[in-house]
Amino acid sequence: MPSAVGVVTFPGSLDDRDVMQAVSLAGGTAVPLWHGDSDLRGVDAIVLPGGFSYGDYLRCGAIARFAPVMVEVVAAAGRGMPVLGICNGFQVLCESHLLPGALLRNAGLHYVCRDQALRVESTATAWTTGLEPGARIVAPVKHGEGRYTADTETLDRLEGEGRVVVRYVEGNPNGSLRDIAGITNEAGNVVGLMPHPEHACDPLVGASADGLALFASVLTAVVGAA
Amino acid sequence: MVVDVMLKPEILDPQGQAILGALPSLGVSGIAAVRQGKHFEIDVDGEMDEDALGRIRDLAGTLLANPVIEDFALRVEG
Repeated sequence: MPSAVGVVTFPGSLDDRDVMQAVSLAGGTAVPLWHGDSDLRGVDAIVLPGGFSYGDYLRCGAIARFAPVMVEVVAAAGRGMPVLGICNGFQVLCESHLLPGALLRNAGLHYVCRDQALRVESTATAWTTGLEPGARIVAPVKHGEGRYTADTETLDRLEGEGRVVVRYVEGNPNGSLRDIAGITNEAGNVVGLMPHPEHACDPLVGASADGLALFASVLTAVVGAA
Repeated sequence: MVVDVMLKPEILDPQGQAILGALPSLGVSGIAAVRQGKHFEIDVDGEMDEDALGRIRDLAGTLLANPVIEDFALRVEG
């Protein structure tokens, strides 16, 4: 039985189907999870996908944080279950305080949609063991509110503890501090990314297949933990 | 009850800067800075007492504002 990766659908999620496809391409079983449920259906890992949960009303991710499923996601993350938040999912993880900092309106105000070069900074997370440290990978970004912000002390701690997971190279699309594109928690099981690895899993329809390694990494991680 | 939410002073507010940048084309001068925030008007059932105020303060600190990036202020109005 392949490892099961739960993909949460909030009202307004857009990329849940692409994440499920990416999980399948990586050899796992994707399990749909509903925002209103308090049941994780026995999954081994969880992805919060991109989109506009609850219309992005108030702040991106602010209302999704209080969805019934998030109580279970926060508890599971605390037990060490791998959790990946992509784009809006990253915003939800920050609002839930599973990750430090916040994501604000892009410095240039424009919604940015493009293939983005990234440098892999940490392969010590549940989602990045299959990547090469320092490697240049390409994945799409598509967001209006991706400017990662935290106080200097938090930024220094993230850098010092090796918790910056990926950084923008060849141009920062949103003005994020220290070119941060993704971070992890202290335990390395919770990762938030603004770029979309699920849209970079098949060279036929994406700029690269670099994103597949993230989904393959977590499948290795959960098999190793079992 | 009114809750005003503003980005913390040290956090870049590109929306406020865009508004500031539009002022010259409107012929408005003498404005040094603009920062944009959110304003919430909240009605309570029954009396506005200490208990209700406490609930609204909790609401402001958990949902209406994100204390990582924003400050909020409460005031009774109307």
